[in-house]
Amino acid sequence: MTVTAQPAVGGEAPPGAPGSVPRRRTGRVRRNVLPYLLLLPALLLELLVHLVPMVIGIVMSFKELTQFYIRDWGAAPWAAFDNYSLSVDLDAPVGEALLHSFFVTCAFTVLSVGLCWLIGTTAAVYMQENFRGRGFLRAVFLVPYALPVYAAVITWAFMFQRDNGLVNHVLHDQLGLTDGPSFWLIGDNSFVALLVVSVWKGWPFAFLIVMAGLQNIPRELYEAASIDGAGLFQQLRRITLPSLRPVNQVLVLVLFLWTFNDFNTPYVLFGQAAPEAADLISIHIYQSSFVTWNFGTGSAMSVLLLLFLLVVTGVYLVLTSRGRRTADA
Amino acid sequence: MRRTRAAAASAVTVSLLAAVTACGGGSSTDGGSNDSPKTLTYWASNQGASIEADKKVLTPELKKFEKRTGIKVELEVVPWSDLLNRILAATTSGQGPDVLNIGNTWSASLQATGALLPWDAENFDRIGGKDRFVGSALASAGATGSDPAAVPLYSMAYALYYNKKMFEDAGVDGPPATWDELVADGKKISKGGKWALGAEGSNLSENIHHVFVLAKQHGADFFDADGRPDFTSDGAVAAVKQYVDLMGKDKVVAPGNAEYAQNQSLQDFAKDRTAMVLWQTAAATLQAHGMNDDEWGVAPVPVQSGTPGAGTAVNSMVAGINMAVFKNTDNVDGALEFVEFMTSDAEQKLLNKTYGSIPPVKAAQEDPAFSTPALKVIRDTLAGSAAPLPQVPNESQFETAVGTAVKELFAEAAAGRAVTTASVKEKLDEAQQQMPKK
Amino acid sequence: MPRTTTRIPAAPPAGRPAAARSPMAPPRSFVWSRRIFLTLLTGFVLLPVYVMLSSSLKPLQDVSGEFRWLPSGLTVRPYIDIWSTVPLARYFVNSLIVAGAATVLSVVIAIFAAYGVSRYRFRGKRLFTVTVLSTQMFPGILFLLPLFLIYVNIGNATGIALFGSRAGLILTYLTFSLPFSIWMLIGYFESVPRDLDEAATVDGCGPLGALFRVVVPAAVPGIVAVAVYAFMTAWGEVLFASVMTNDTTRTLAVGLKGYATQNDVYWNQVMAASLVVSVPVVAGFLLLQRYLVAGLTAGAVK
Repeated sequence: MTVTAQPAVGGEAPPGAPGSVPRRRTGRVRRNVLPYLLLLPALLLELLVHLVPMVIGIVMSFKELTQFYIRDWGAAPWAAFDNYSLSVDLDAPVGEALLHSFFVTCAFTVLSVGLCWLIGTTAAVYMQENFRGRGFLRAVFLVPYALPVYAAVITWAFMFQRDNGLVNHVLHDQLGLTDGPSFWLIGDNSFVALLVVSVWKGWPFAFLIVMAGLQNIPRELYEAASIDGAGLFQQLRRITLPSLRPVNQVLVLVLFLWTFNDFNTPYVLFGQAAPEAADLISIHIYQSSFVTWNFGTGSAMSVLLLLFLLVVTGVYLVLTSRGRRTADA
Repeated sequence: MRRTRAAAASAVTVSLLAAVTACGGGSSTDGGSNDSPKTLTYWASNQGASIEADKKVLTPELKKFEKRTGIKVELEVVPWSDLLNRILAATTSGQGPDVLNIGNTWSASLQATGALLPWDAENFDRIGGKDRFVGSALASAGATGSDPAAVPLYSMAYALYYNKKMFEDAGVDGPPATWDELVADGKKISKGGKWALGAEGSNLSENIHHVFVLAKQHGADFFDADGRPDFTSDGAVAAVKQYVDLMGKDKVVAPGNAEYAQNQSLQDFAKDRTAMVLWQTAAATLQAHGMNDDEWGVAPVPVQSGTPGAGTAVNSMVAGINMAVFKNTDNVDGALEFVEFMTSDAEQKLLNKTYGSIPPVKAAQEDPAFSTPALKVIRDTLAGSAAPLPQVPNESQFETAVGTAVKELFAEAAAGRAVTTASVKEKLDEAQQQMPKK
Repeated sequence: MPRTTTRIPAAPPAGRPAAARSPMAPPRSFVWSRRIFLTLLTGFVLLPVYVMLSSSLKPLQDVSGEFRWLPSGLTVRPYIDIWSTVPLARYFVNSLIVAGAATVLSVVIAIFAAYGVSRYRFRGKRLFTVTVLSTQMFPGILFLLPLFLIYVNIGNATGIALFGSRAGLILTYLTFSLPFSIWMLIGYFESVPRDLDEAATVDGCGPLGALFRVVVPAAVPGIVAVAVYAFMTAWGEVLFASVMTNDTTRTLAVGLKGYATQNDVYWNQVMAASLVVSVPVVAGFLLLQRYLVAGLTAGAVK
């Protein structure tokens, strides 16, 4: 990723290319060391908990790490690219299923992130102005975030039951929208069910972050705009959204990454085997590693996923940073 | 000063990487030792009404053991949802308990990791000999032809539970003995929102247990003699089709059961919505859902024809819990003593009575408590007509692949689409191709 | 190179009225659309909560029965039983300790890192931010065993027991929330006018003085949002907790699964316990939320 044009999160300095020594600073040595010291704790923790395990994961992907070898990883034979060729062999069921699951995950992620962001932002913007009950609503909206995932998703699974669930009770019994009770937890509808649960669980986070971001917009901007005759919609377009840009850039990106890798929601909703229509890639990887005790293949799939997400993130950062620059000019 | 700190930090990082990569699987000592002869750690599986209830049951027994041997046992009851992951982590890192419970279907898979102490003749002698245990239970403790990786602790088998009142209402005089009878009776019962049989269509393990038995009845196995998957034999296809047809073609299973995975079928049974379920121990759960013991009866699971027995008259898998010792324990002698204690006649009677299971120890089975009508059916099944699930290292892959195939076929049937021999075979073929090649 | 838009114009243009409230009331159509939207949203949010509440008040045999808006035969029994079926109180305390410590540490460490990135130019900055972000791209399920292995090896080498202990879990969770916290705080810090901390530096504060006296107070809403996020990350994590804890250190999120036993799931108790443990969290949020909306420049600009 060569995003040299501009740092992603509006840092002012270009990346520390060789030779770009800070200028105009006094006490140079101290100033040179200080930023690294500030970063050090974070860096050490990331190394310990994220990066080293990730490197191990990448190493695992080149090994034949089945139950015969998990006791002593060093002894596991090298598999070269076997795990990878198995994962991408589109003519065989494993590769085919992985590709299918990849597309399902992509569609699911785009829809879920889009809806989470839209609902979260709309709610935050509507609640920018004070009105009676605002504080209460704010707490209510964070309830999905505060409830334990397991219980919340189980509750949705209850509601989506075909014979005794609330959803069919309303859609079929009370509104008469469907001819017969539909299945939500198996078959094609399961995609919808998963999406609903995911949005229910995910939008409060977008709401929280956007709400905090809105606090950084000075009131005076709105006042100036309204004096200039700008309507609410124009204020939204000209002030609110541009000001939220840096927050949104990160928010959408991490929502995307989390949703793409979300494991808990489909796992609790569908159990070990998700229906084909809702077969997210995380469940797929879980099945290919933990359930079948084959950590090599699971790791290879994860590395492929990592590469894909790296590319997406890189493109995303380039595009959004460029967009931001033109908006600024 | 600061530079040294940065240097120290990178040194830590490097050594960390080195430590991890060098140690690999971390299990430094291969065999066990007796370095700490006075303590043991024991992971028990959740058998009773709750984890706390299990602790109340086991703690006095562990005290008894401590009094007798001076060995203090640290007990942790691990919930089922965590048990396999905990064992995997323990296996990988060498950091685990000394003694643990495992689901008996995991035996061969865990055996393949080499983390468990093999039960050779010498070890068996120390707990009173191999002959004390029921054969079918022992056959579910590791790959055929090798020393068992574990010792049977609690045994179970499937039985047919039937709702007496619903049978009476539909004019069915007794539990069916064959599948044809079950379907015929079932058609009488399945009317007006009532259904004949319950199934947990989205529960992979349940699916496997039933199609495995049906395959046996069709003279087929899911693995050949060399342990290679063989999912698409005529018998296996017929078995899967027969099971799914109970919903799709025979219409004795409610379509809604296709999404069941949390024992909902048992709740339907307790509420007089379903007349029969194939289950292991149901009494306590039925009670909790408001059904009294005299409202239901127990019979052997149906066979294709005749009466249950060996070969194609098998009518249950061998279900149960085994007890294993981690090979790298630092108290081998204590661990063996503890297994001996837990499999002693007295403890076997007491524990199995409490949990509603059958002791895999022959002598303990003599206790009259295991001769109630319900338990007698299960005991006879275990003794004469139960077969162990394939004891191959790939068992868990098999459960996932074939269990999912059956789940998807149920979904088809529930949606009203036809399930044909060809479509079953295609699904099973796909499942087989997902199995590891080696 | 143009200045980035993250630098929101800080001081109002001279001559504009600086009243605290908007001079005009919002139009009726806006008020109505807001009412409709927020009502629908509240319904969507609370529907499962209602189902949870009504399920938690039913006897077990009724829980899975046919859905009715107004259930009958309610009982508070589940709310009594939850404490004895699993050691709920202990799990709750564990969760509080783990999530609380992870939050505090994570926020502090993220503040330092974000300040470093937003206020200094140095070699490797971009590498740092991108690397930190890339950690969000690998499925957690595959971190699990390597991380466990690392903790065990650290334990063997140094005697510090990280697996099975709260410390190990705290360390894990605080790192989980770090990447996003750092990225978000960089954004918030960027929007705090740089002239402010430069002025503070001139006034004799060191860089850290400027950070804590100027930048942090000005970024309170962002910090609180990040803290809420860090807390929730630790509060709700299931997978790692299931492997890295034992009976004495188990957290709520996994502990709740204890209501699902081999033969039966105590649905009513799962729901009751979830509601009980969520009440303090929501209450805590109610208390916190006024900081979440404290204005950007509480007295800092003028």
